[in-house]
Amino acid sequence: MDEKKKDTFTLGGKEFTSRFILGSGKYSMELIRAAVENAGAQIITLAVRRTNTKQGESILDHIPDGVTLLPNTSGARDADEAVRIARMARELGCGDFVKIEIMRDSKYLLPDNSETIKATEILAKEGFVVLPYMYPDLYAARALVDAGAAAVMPLAAPIGSNKGLAAREFIKILIEEIDLPIIVDAGIGRPSQACEAMEMGAAAVMANTAIATAGDIPAMASAFKSAIEAGRAAYLSGLGRVLERGAAASDPLTGFLRD
Amino acid sequence: MAENQFFIDSNKLSEAALEKKHRLEQDPSSRTDHMEYMEGMERIDSDILARVIAERNNYNYEDYTDADVRRALMHETCSVENFKALLSPAAAPHLEEMAARAKEETSKHFGNTVYIFTPLYIANYCENYCVYCGFNCYNDIARKKLTEEEIEKEMDVIAKSGIEEILILTGESRSQSSVEYIGEACKLATKYFRNVGLEIYPVNSDEYRYLHECGADYVTVFQETYDSDKYETLHLMGHKRVFPYRFEAQERAILGGMRGVGFSALLGLADFRRDALSTALHVYFLQRKYPYVEYSLSCPRLRPIINNDKINPLDVREHELCQVLCAYRIFLPYVGITVSSREQAHFRDGIAKIAATKVSAGVSTGIGDHEDKYTGHEVTDAGDEQFEISDGRSFDEMYGDMAAEGLQPVLNDYVYV
Repeated sequence: MDEKKKDTFTLGGKEFTSRFILGSGKYSMELIRAAVENAGAQIITLAVRRTNTKQGESILDHIPDGVTLLPNTSGARDADEAVRIARMARELGCGDFVKIEIMRDSKYLLPDNSETIKATEILAKEGFVVLPYMYPDLYAARALVDAGAAAVMPLAAPIGSNKGLAAREFIKILIEEIDLPIIVDAGIGRPSQACEAMEMGAAAVMANTAIATAGDIPAMASAFKSAIEAGRAAYLSGLGRVLERGAAASDPLTGFLRD
Repeated sequence: MAENQFFIDSNKLSEAALEKKHRLEQDPSSRTDHMEYMEGMERIDSDILARVIAERNNYNYEDYTDADVRRALMHETCSVENFKALLSPAAAPHLEEMAARAKEETSKHFGNTVYIFTPLYIANYCENYCVYCGFNCYNDIARKKLTEEEIEKEMDVIAKSGIEEILILTGESRSQSSVEYIGEACKLATKYFRNVGLEIYPVNSDEYRYLHECGADYVTVFQETYDSDKYETLHLMGHKRVFPYRFEAQERAILGGMRGVGFSALLGLADFRRDALSTALHVYFLQRKYPYVEYSLSCPRLRPIINNDKINPLDVREHELCQVLCAYRIFLPYVGITVSSREQAHFRDGIAKIAATKVSAGVSTGIGDHEDKYTGHEVTDAGDEQFEISDGRSFDEMYGDMAAEGLQPVLNDYVYV
């Protein structure tokens, strides 16, 4: 129990025990509370452009107390627009956390790493806790670290695609090489895929569409919670041998050594 | 094939006007060259028109087979060839499968949401003679242009209903509804709404930039038909007659800094399969050139107008319309699809669950009559409407009905930066 209690991760000086970041887009606000509770989520993302509505003034009412808001800059097409949207979020009272999303492609919505690095640097200097959504490229991830990011959020697959860990190998490299928390974002379609991301050593997983389009949103939120916890527990316990590098010889190759 | 009878003579027209009208209708040599730009019309460097027309001319939809349609539905992505198969008559028996696939794509990109907006017509003066349109310059209707005070009053009434996205429309008259006049309407709109779109006569890129600075961020222009020969016989007079200038409007709007652009053919005017292909390819080629822009499609069918209640969409029944919309969604999964109040409630409710992402509500296509329609307070000098609507649901009714269909109504998902 004590061990489990210690298993937290930190963003912007805040400690989190839940490793499930829940998206709030694409579904009914009335379900947000139930989804947050069933997910056990402590962080919930919120598109500033979605909150920019009279209807949306109530979004904040639907988010339980104690949950950290992570406004995102979706809709931004370059660093300048992302910075402006982030400042708007702060003015709206969403706090200092911001997830940078900069897309210059309306078809696949892939993040633009170079613009994301620029925006990260500007916003980190302004005291934001910056979580950049990015394409899993090692050099870009290092640049984000240098720019002052609080975590790095590589995509697993194109957003909304539910394709799972299409970028698996590259995310593994980021987990190995980057000292910040790696939060796997976008493309996670099923709890099993979230579980695998956690087994790999991701600090947390973010999901939205997979839950928003489920038949029973709160039930799916709960399924993701269990999967993420299982994946984390497996990672912490040290995974058993997985024969990724071919079979092991039953007669040891070094059996001839005598002293 | 059956044709619509568009020509209607008003007994209020002078001898001279009638004579000119008849000459335009009957004598092609009396009409200007519809492929020639008029003075003041900007030309841009673009090959998109040529590419769309080349594809259109090579599209023989009767050649596609059942096997082509099955293949198209099995592919993970939809190529241009796959799309052509889905638009062909061979796809008709596969409509249910197409709807299932379309629903899946819509859900991936938009989740369970549906956007609600309303159009606001601020003037119905028009200098064009487009034979199927209620606003055409020869049609005997009550004309009106709202003053700034009247625009603001209308906006106030609409905003109070709960709507946050507005589409400002005018008839096509530069002299009556100048760019500056429209710009002032945009500035007013930003006070009442979060999202301002325009559906006005095509303008040059510097004028689009000005309107963008006034607060508009989306521009919709209907090409009506991409069959330029047919186009010539339907748009007999006025700047709208210039086919390429209209075609390039969205690209000029993008160059002027607009965030998004909308497209449409008016189904029922010409061969609807070729027009649907052309509309989607217009988006497809522009998206490849300007990938950061937001794109949307509508799919209106011809409707009756004042003084001509016989106009109809001919061979485009609800089945064909549904096929086109599903094919659009499968080919262009990321685009917004708007279904207007030209369609009836049962169709809009059904299609919102499959492919459409945006519906209008509380619609009037007349001028200055929102107060009348929204509050019951009678307005005596309203301008006449562009076409008859088929779905008169108010904002509240639409919101409730969409929610009852299991969809999340969204009033705004946009921020002006």
